Amino acid sequence: MSAPAVQSSATQRRPARRIDAALIGLILGAVILWFAPVGMGRYGTYVLSLWLVMSIGVMGLNLTLGYAGQTSLAQAAFMGLGAYTTAILTTKYGVSWYAAFALSGLLTFAVGLLLGFPALRVRTHYLAFVTLAFSTLIWLVLRNEQWLTGGVFGISNINRPDFLGIKLFGALEFHRFVVVVTLILSLKLWWLVRSPWGRAFTALRENPVRAASLGIDTRAYTLLAFAIGSAYGGFAGALYAPLVEFIDPSPFSLSQSLFLLLMVVAGGAGYLFGPFVGALLGVVLPEWLRFAGSLYLILFAAIVLALLVICPQGVSGLIERGWNALRRKTGGAR
Amino acid sequence: MAEFIAYLIAGIATGAIYALAAIGFTLVWQTSQTINFAQGEFVMLPAVLILLAVKLFGLPLWAGGVLGIAAFLLIFGAGFKLVVVDPMIKHGVLPLAIATMALSIVMKEGAKDGFSAEAQSFPSLVPTDMVNLLGASISLQHLAIIVVAFAAIGLLQWFVGGTRLGRQMQATAQNPTVARILGIPVERMVLLTFLLNAALAVVASLLISPIYLAKFSNGETIGLFAFIAAIVGGFNQVRGALVGGILIGVADSLAAAYISTQYRLAVPLVLLVAIILVKPEGLMGRKEERRV
Repeated sequence: MSAPAVQSSATQRRPARRIDAALIGLILGAVILWFAPVGMGRYGTYVLSLWLVMSIGVMGLNLTLGYAGQTSLAQAAFMGLGAYTTAILTTKYGVSWYAAFALSGLLTFAVGLLLGFPALRVRTHYLAFVTLAFSTLIWLVLRNEQWLTGGVFGISNINRPDFLGIKLFGALEFHRFVVVVTLILSLKLWWLVRSPWGRAFTALRENPVRAASLGIDTRAYTLLAFAIGSAYGGFAGALYAPLVEFIDPSPFSLSQSLFLLLMVVAGGAGYLFGPFVGALLGVVLPEWLRFAGSLYLILFAAIVLALLVICPQGVSGLIERGWNALRRKTGGAR
Repeated sequence: MAEFIAYLIAGIATGAIYALAAIGFTLVWQTSQTINFAQGEFVMLPAVLILLAVKLFGLPLWAGGVLGIAAFLLIFGAGFKLVVVDPMIKHGVLPLAIATMALSIVMKEGAKDGFSAEAQSFPSLVPTDMVNLLGASISLQHLAIIVVAFAAIGLLQWFVGGTRLGRQMQATAQNPTVARILGIPVERMVLLTFLLNAALAVVASLLISPIYLAKFSNGETIGLFAFIAAIVGGFNQVRGALVGGILIGVADSLAAAYISTQYRLAVPLVLLVAIILVKPEGLMGRKEERRV
């Protein structure tokens, strides 16, 4: 019924080969990004790191939307939860970043379970409304609880972590750290999607009724996908705080959550590389198109709107379409 | 006690406005399975368009009003259906819902960049005096809102239940296939629903903007409360949206007065979660059968 045909059947036809290509692509991408910022300057490096951090958040949302077919309107709020947890623990209580990172993931995972449980009891779109309300609530807490979050002034002087005794204060060093963390998290997701669990997620999206009749506990799997997706938001936030070194409530508002959702769709929901493309369009491109200012957001939303009408699979879907058409042509010539 | 009555009246007044938005939301949902996440922006925009028409063309207020409302009905009543919903609905409910989110960003940012980032005052159609009622001083504006909103809802109920056109519309919402067999022009009825939704949004906008001012970000709260009202009342009932809207408005007003102004938004949220846990089909809703 409400199962969206977000993804074409192309992935199912030849799963094994594609996924190996995906693995190679992930590792190759990480190697390129490791060396990419050499000579790019501090700001360029920062934008690259920001792109990766946002990609992690979008990745989580992609699991929720693209694989489990649920709409979460609180991904930015989950990022905020992770960012504030990490910032408060590291600045006020001297907890190491690694522990704070793990705790941020755990906390957002638990909150995801707590929110998803009542919402998913009912019907698919209820999760959207519950997360909508939740993201408003988180924003209120971040802004009003001055003793904890610093209110509108936020939290500053967030330290960057060490790695085996190597200080990561420089933009390049921290960028490389972000590359490694992003690689680990994407590999984990790649593995998850390929595992029987991930297959169950996809089955849910394609046809929930049939999935249920095959004995998949649809509610448990949907809930799990949402909670894991939320945890990725928490991880992204935990990296965001030391990257920017200062956090305030504004990047975790409801509109930012909507924006993240549009990034998933723009990149291609249900594609492994979709989040990277989406975050590239949503985070890096506006940095290049500085002159457009806030008009960029309108432009971006309008493009996504048009993309949804023409090709709901997003840019990845467009590329896949083009690639298939090209192969058919060259195949015919041979 | 006097204070309580004043808060109650204020709550019913804003609740009636949320109800207008929620009713439009459920109407559109029933006839075309469109979850309109831009509903709050639909209420925000008419006032902005009117002020924009006044500012751009130097029109008197009434003429700006006519122009702004006509433009809104055309673009966000008919245009929304023809340009966004029609090509999207075949991809399913979810992509369409996301498309309306994209639309909400376009509307919000458009109002910010095209009109003003600051809140602008919007003229009230009734005097803003206070009257004394049972010892409580009540704003005339609130009373006028309640009267106008209920009149609009009453008119809508009469139209849907009492006229031939309205009954055709209802038939389309309940079962489009059978409606088509009976010779009802289904497409035109769906279009009519979208126009009605836009008209309800205009009424809500004219009522709420004198109080909350015309600002691009108003839609966030209005939209959130309208969604919650629709769910609390029952997603498939116009009556439910009315009850839900009033309930949310009163809860919000009383929470702001007696609990915490900072966390007034949290009270409707708690209400939402409670309803989903206890009676997910809504207070007035019917259980929906799931078909394979």
